[in-house]
Amino acid sequence: MRTEDLIKALDADASSKAMPLRSAWWLAAGAAIVMAAIVFMLTIGPRPDFMVAAHTIRFLAKFVFTIVLAVSAFASIRALSTPGASTGRAMAWMLAAPLLVAVAVVLELFMVPEALWGTRMVGSNMMICMGFIPLIGIGPLAIFLWMLRYGAPTRPVLAGAVAGLLAGGLAATFYAAHCFDDSPLFVATWYTIAIAALALFGALGGRFFVRW
Amino acid sequence: MSGKDEAELSRLLRAAIAGDEKAYADFLHRIAALMRGFIRRKIVQGGVDPEDVVQETLLAIHVKRHTWRQDAPVLPWVYAIARFKLIDAFRRRGRRIEIDVDDIAETFAEPETETASERDINRALDGLPPAQRSVVSAVSVEGRSIGETAAKFGISETAVRVSLHRGLAAIARRFGQGRVGRE
Repeated sequence: MRTEDLIKALDADASSKAMPLRSAWWLAAGAAIVMAAIVFMLTIGPRPDFMVAAHTIRFLAKFVFTIVLAVSAFASIRALSTPGASTGRAMAWMLAAPLLVAVAVVLELFMVPEALWGTRMVGSNMMICMGFIPLIGIGPLAIFLWMLRYGAPTRPVLAGAVAGLLAGGLAATFYAAHCFDDSPLFVATWYTIAIAALALFGALGGRFFVRW
Repeated sequence: MSGKDEAELSRLLRAAIAGDEKAYADFLHRIAALMRGFIRRKIVQGGVDPEDVVQETLLAIHVKRHTWRQDAPVLPWVYAIARFKLIDAFRRRGRRIEIDVDDIAETFAEPETETASERDINRALDGLPPAQRSVVSAVSVEGRSIGETAAKFGISETAVRVSLHRGLAAIARRFGQGRVGRE
């Protein structure tokens, strides 16, 4: 087939429509949030003292970390799935969440006596944390990887890893409403491990599933 | 490549997405010539046929045109796709290629030349289900319109459009999965 002939076929298919990628990403984000919310409510649900806890700074800080991660990852993945889009600024914003956690850890180390560091870090929920963040996040990750296939990421492995961080930030936001361990020491350790696992799945998905 | 090209190509693709087939044909011809110039200059050693990469790039541009933001410049988007496809073509053959972004500035449009070699796209076409294969061939190689193709096979125009669209998407997918490269 000559290129001339191929162009004839492409031109004849000009009227086929697909939803613009930008709009599709918003739809995917909505679907992922609903999916995560359903899994969360059907399994662990929010902690019973949610309203009381909502007045404590450590509890609220968890949401700041996870929401900042999710929002910055969302901005990055939209750029990463568009060929030729500049990704630098959005990717730089993804450093915000880890930096905030690092600052919180330092403050916590100053405020809490050394004898308690160990118990604060180990907490009472680490297995649940490491199990449920990936469990809540795996459905959203599947949606995001599917979206990357719908898009055109020129760095699929990186885009897949960011999809995992986005799913992780979203899942951790829900999980934070359940978890009794509010210390930044706990968050910095176990949330990070759980979210990193999703990022790894995402990178693998990007490598083997996101082909175009 | 100038700012005028950029503005004109953006205008054509916007019109094409809004349903203007003539603008789309014009856009594709100009992009094909540009990509040919770019890709030929990038492929200095043998093993990869530049025209195969041109065709693969055009297909990717077609099936991914919903990823172009209509308020963004079109050429960076086009070159990003071409670069990706070029790197992919080399990777499939177990080689690496480095492509500088500045190379793009020196690209000149080039016309298609006849080659006797078998095209990757023919192999991909052969792998399609028979109904899609015959529709895609009729519209491309035989140069028939949608209406003529519908009459030839005794099916509706809608059925022709659906088969054509699915066939092209399937070929693009095969390229993406690297199942058509020459070994």
